[in-house]
Amino acid sequence: MESLLNHARQEPLWNTNKRVIAVLAAASLALIVFPLFGPSPFYLHLMIMIFMYAVMSQSWNVIAGLSGQISLGHGAFFGIGAYSSSVLYVHYGITPWLGILVGIVLAAMIAISIGIPMLRLSGHYFAIATLLIGISFQVVFQRWEMVGAASGLWIPLTEESSWLALQFHDSKTPYYYLFLGFFIVTYLLVWRLSNSKIGFRLRAVRDDYQAASSLGIDISKYKIIAYAISAIIMAPMGSLFAQYILIVDPDRMFSLEISIMVLLMTVLGGIGNIWGPLIGVAILIPVSEYTRIYFGGTGGAVDLIFYGLILMLICIFRPAGLISLLPKHLLEREKQR
Amino acid sequence: MAFEIILQAIVSGLLMGLIYALIAAGLSLIFGLMNIVNFAHGEHLMVSMFSSFWLWSLLGLDPLFSIPITILLMAFCGVLTHYLLIRYILKAKMLIQICATFGLSIFIRSLAQYLWTPDFRNVDQPLLEGRIEVANLFIGQPQFFTAVVCLIAFFLLYLFVTRTETGLALQATAQDREAAEILGIPSNRMFAMGWAIGLGCVGVAGGMMTNYFFIFTDVGVNFALFAFVAVALGGFGSIIGCLYAGIIIGLVESLGGLLIDPSFKLLYVFAIYLLVVIYKPQGLFGRY
Repeated sequence: MESLLNHARQEPLWNTNKRVIAVLAAASLALIVFPLFGPSPFYLHLMIMIFMYAVMSQSWNVIAGLSGQISLGHGAFFGIGAYSSSVLYVHYGITPWLGILVGIVLAAMIAISIGIPMLRLSGHYFAIATLLIGISFQVVFQRWEMVGAASGLWIPLTEESSWLALQFHDSKTPYYYLFLGFFIVTYLLVWRLSNSKIGFRLRAVRDDYQAASSLGIDISKYKIIAYAISAIIMAPMGSLFAQYILIVDPDRMFSLEISIMVLLMTVLGGIGNIWGPLIGVAILIPVSEYTRIYFGGTGGAVDLIFYGLILMLICIFRPAGLISLLPKHLLEREKQR
Repeated sequence: MAFEIILQAIVSGLLMGLIYALIAAGLSLIFGLMNIVNFAHGEHLMVSMFSSFWLWSLLGLDPLFSIPITILLMAFCGVLTHYLLIRYILKAKMLIQICATFGLSIFIRSLAQYLWTPDFRNVDQPLLEGRIEVANLFIGQPQFFTAVVCLIAFFLLYLFVTRTETGLALQATAQDREAAEILGIPSNRMFAMGWAIGLGCVGVAGGMMTNYFFIFTDVGVNFALFAFVAVALGGFGSIIGCLYAGIIIGLVESLGGLLIDPSFKLLYVFAIYLLVVIYKPQGLFGRY
């Protein structure tokens, strides 16, 4: 156990010292005051996308980086979140805030019920199952009349911007703070999680499941916990994104591209490291938004060609992600007593 | 009447099942050999269908005659995949291996979409056309011959792996790479060959399916999913298991489509997968 724990302790940047905390606090403050400088809506949109994908990639990082299980259909939880809040609002007029909670609960329940059979076995079974789930959800929602089938649901507009209905028509700033809030809370939670007993046990399971199991750690239980947490992080982003664009449809909300993007960003930045997803997102989202401006929306497949290529290159040359390029002393934990 | 319809569904399920079996056999061979699941398997199928389509459309070669070319092309594609990508990730974590082949699948599919647009295409008037009527059952000729060819290819593969020296060397490498290397079996070359043969199987299936299936860039997605399930059902790494598993999946797909609702075919197959994983995770013929 001691050696496993030591190994986990040496992992880069999961730990945070005073200097790092100061930098992070300054960065958060900068993000909070950013809208006060009156940036153009495009930059607000860019930041919102960065926050959203940062949370989504972190969600994927929890299941893949912390517990070592690959989910290839993580978009499913995004869609579940989006649909729970929208259906409740459209059909019953329930505020999206409650809808977000419902989405979280549903996503966690689905993750647990998938996790119980799948996570007992080697990772290939789980990866294939998640791929199936991602596509099955899309198929079901494309044909489910109550949720608008293939054409989806339009969220009825309120007269005025409203925090209760989570709709803001005249400015993107409230959305900015909404996503920023979720972003900061998620990163704090994951940071706490990774330094908690659960986090250490998860990494023990990932690095050597036989050793972990011989020490009495219930392997599949911890993997399922990780999967549920990951789903819980993912679902609210779907709800918020639905409120942001005010329409939900199966092709967008359950798109395979979401699953691809969260995987790619995390692997690119550095899998298993809390800052990895952020690095990947900070690189890829601006690139994808700018290419969308210059090449228009039609070149959808072109960026995917590069994403696939980048993914392969990273796997070959830098499996630890771009974060491993940072100087060593930044990555190593301070000596702990 | 109802009985005839069910019989018809069984026959068409059987015919599809043999295709799934061959595709799954390729996947299973690669997995058994190096413990890597090829998540780009569906995309390789798509490439083989397009190769067969372009040979018909540009050179006027009937899909039936271009099969050898397609097989060679896919085998080459497999060797290329091994030497350019898989070789580097053999010792990587499973996580990285999955990401790498998944990246390959994204790459191939979007490249195809960029080059050939997502349009649906089909081969006009191939040699194999029309249908056969046997005792009130209608069987499409292309479907029938595709299934027959797949079955033959499957048994050739099986004989190759179990009866020839090279096949035994493949199996030896699959069982214990280091021990095989000590005996003078070059594992790297064996891996490349495994990829060549695995994708060659896909080439046979894809080339034959071009006769009657629509050819489009996402065509491989469902086939690959079914192949994954077939491999899990048959037992990871078992080739003969793929035959039974493929047929079971074909039957479930076609009977489920007939009796419940054809638009949820994927879900029935998913249900099989769940059942297998819960009750018989080692598969029907699994080694693990």
